[in-house]
Amino acid sequence: MSADQPILFIAEGIGKSYPGVRANDDVNFAIKRGEIHALLGENGAGKSTLVKMIYGLVKPDQGHMEWLGAPFAPADPARARAAGVGMVFQHFSLFEALNVAENVALGMENPPRLAQLSAKISKVSADYGLPLDPARRVGDLSAGERQRVEIIRCLLQSPKLLIMDEPTSVLTPQEVEILFKTLRQLAAEGTAILYISHKLEEIRVLCDRATILRRGKVVATAYPAKTTAREMAELMVGSALASPARAGKAQGAAQGAPALEVRGLSAPSPIPFGTSLKDISFAVAKGEVLGIAGVAGNGQDELVLALSGEMACAADMIRAKGESIGAMGPNARRARGFVVAPEDRLGHAAAPDMSLVENAFLTGAVQRKLARRGFVHWAGAKAFAEEIIAAFDVRTPSSDVAARALSGGNLQKFVIGRELRQSPDVIVINQPTWGVDAAAAAFIRQAILTCAEGGAAVVVISQDLDELMEISDNFAALNEGRLSVPRPRAGLTMEEIGLMMGGAHGMEVAHV
Amino acid sequence: MIRLERRASASRFWVWATPVVAVALTMIFGGLMFLLLGKNPVEVIRTIFWDPLFGEFAWYLRGQLLVKAGPLVLIAIGLSLGFRAGIWNIGAEGQYIMGAIVGAAVGLAFFPTENRWIFPVMVIAGAFGGWAWAMIPALLKTRLNTNEILVSLMLVYVAQVILAMASTGFLRNPEGSGFPGSRNFSNYPAAGNPELIAGSGLHWGGVTAIFVAIAAYVLLQRHILGFQIKLAGQAPRAARLHGVVPQRLIVLCMGISGALAGLAGLFEVTGPAGQISIDFNVGYGFTAIIVAFLGRLNPLGIVLAGLIMALTYIGGEMAATNLGLPSAAVQAFQGMLLFFLLGVDVLTNYRIKLGGAA
Repeated sequence: MSADQPILFIAEGIGKSYPGVRANDDVNFAIKRGEIHALLGENGAGKSTLVKMIYGLVKPDQGHMEWLGAPFAPADPARARAAGVGMVFQHFSLFEALNVAENVALGMENPPRLAQLSAKISKVSADYGLPLDPARRVGDLSAGERQRVEIIRCLLQSPKLLIMDEPTSVLTPQEVEILFKTLRQLAAEGTAILYISHKLEEIRVLCDRATILRRGKVVATAYPAKTTAREMAELMVGSALASPARAGKAQGAAQGAPALEVRGLSAPSPIPFGTSLKDISFAVAKGEVLGIAGVAGNGQDELVLALSGEMACAADMIRAKGESIGAMGPNARRARGFVVAPEDRLGHAAAPDMSLVENAFLTGAVQRKLARRGFVHWAGAKAFAEEIIAAFDVRTPSSDVAARALSGGNLQKFVIGRELRQSPDVIVINQPTWGVDAAAAAFIRQAILTCAEGGAAVVVISQDLDELMEISDNFAALNEGRLSVPRPRAGLTMEEIGLMMGGAHGMEVAHV
Repeated sequence: MIRLERRASASRFWVWATPVVAVALTMIFGGLMFLLLGKNPVEVIRTIFWDPLFGEFAWYLRGQLLVKAGPLVLIAIGLSLGFRAGIWNIGAEGQYIMGAIVGAAVGLAFFPTENRWIFPVMVIAGAFGGWAWAMIPALLKTRLNTNEILVSLMLVYVAQVILAMASTGFLRNPEGSGFPGSRNFSNYPAAGNPELIAGSGLHWGGVTAIFVAIAAYVLLQRHILGFQIKLAGQAPRAARLHGVVPQRLIVLCMGISGALAGLAGLFEVTGPAGQISIDFNVGYGFTAIIVAFLGRLNPLGIVLAGLIMALTYIGGEMAATNLGLPSAAVQAFQGMLLFFLLGVDVLTNYRIKLGGAA
């Protein structure tokens, strides 16, 4: 953890190109033994490419790597693992129908007998404060517990370097605490940790050093404990950031009938193995932002489908401005000023292979009257697309480009802009800034707040607690398809939020 | 090492070059096949592609081109709408047969009345027959989530049995001395579908095909339903967000393709075929699948593809009779066309990269 630790890994002059993108350009950095090293950067800054090279998934075009002083060029992940590199991916690769021990065995080259392996798993989990029952079926585990399976799978091979890719995106605050404790313990024992994240506060609490990437290049090495989150963010983005602000809106200024009222919303999930919605009730007034938190898979997708009208429910369960709209389809709701932006940009909010003009038409047709007697008014759709592009600073060569050709942040700005430009009264947004760079995220949050100021009722569903803290007036959390009672955001502690998020899993563990 | 690399966006060049390259490759490898069969490949390919248009009997065969292309285009356009929406109606052959039977039955029920409304009523009945037959897989899919590919395909064989029953039983010509087959529509003017211009091969089916091709083009380019069809095929979840109800789209697309196949059957049975007979169907419903893809699921492309496919049909028959080529070889030749088309199609979305050093 200190400067006198020997160097474990060195990367020198690493370069890697993909068609049209320079993913890594002359990257130099080193990891010491027992160090928690952050790899920080916006989406597309080249973090994943760099890490994949260390893990043997991708070969660098230029430069070389050293491992304990010897040249290091793993041909595949098996060789990287043999050298002592372990990696926990953001997306788990586990078989839900198998139990923990079986899943761990599947990832090993020469697995021991299951009974032996189970004993080992129990030992490692006890040693590192990661409680896990080897006999439990993975399908029954929470996201946090699944992550533990992946971590323990790595730890069983006693890695010298553990790579964690955005590990906290699926965890409750309590689970994050447990994870950090484990990581600190590992570091103290001499295991180096390469921690990939864009959550700056986390990095400040956890990491010893940070290598900051921007557009494939190392722009700085920082000591997070001595640097403010803002400074790091500005290094990441390369320019000063403006925090979202609301001009005139007073908090709790909610008066009159709620613009959106959901009462006793229960519905089975249309998604196989999805989460059913159970008796969800909330109300949002004009000008109010309700933030809904929750760990992924607790009913967020279903709630959005119910609100957008893609999933049927009883008419009275959803009311907008006093009118029962639960049984209406998406277009009838849009006609009443009710817009929804789902989470998945490519495939749900937008059609990847269609042009921005067609994607503008996708949800803008009703409010902008872009169809006359069934015939599409393409010139009007193009004008609408160009209006969004200009108003939301979407970087694209033209409005005729396919949606998938845009970067994540630009497409997200387009998708959010498309909804917000329809002068809506009620706005529902799921994960407004997921996978979006910091500058675009700040822009989108500001746009949402501006709409609220203009009198729209806004529901923001997000897994990014910092984001919800920043923009919401009231706060609630989804847990296994139930919604906690919304409470004013001001004055909520992280502890309380964790409990609202149904820290049942987290709390149980915290006492171990 | 050869690798495929995804293009940032679909190549406009390859969208249209693909059919041309596929036809060229089919000629090369088909030629090789003919060589192995002991035929002169140049002669066979000339017989298939050149002689029908410019050979000795071109005056007759050119007309045949429209006769064959009409039903192919009509069916393929209906199928292409479904295919674009990700709805796979493989049973157009069955819908074609049922359209012919229902339409013919209505016409024969009026025999020998002469009235100018009889033919239009038969046309509607033909479309209804195909539509109703397509509704079986459509409703089974929307209600019970069955696979429309399997159900529509299996119903082809059911339709073939019904066709055999019709031609030997309930629609058999009472004056036909016991031979299978219905009355011949060429002897029943009110219900017949003759050539509109002598020698052109153009009958009401061809006219309808041209009209339908234009209508489908406008639908896909300008109408919201065309947008929804494309959207549902490319991004089903985005289609639901837009407001498409998938069940309704399935019923609609299956219905349109079934009705058009039924129309094709009706025009065929009243025109070129002349009567309901056991072997009345010649596989237009299946060949139309190739035509739909060969034409890039684009109505205007399908018109061209239908003409090319008709050419291989006519030329293939010529090659079979004049050069003694087995008819299976001609079918294999047509199959190659689809095979190469789908193979070359990869280049629309991917580019080939040579050299392995990653």
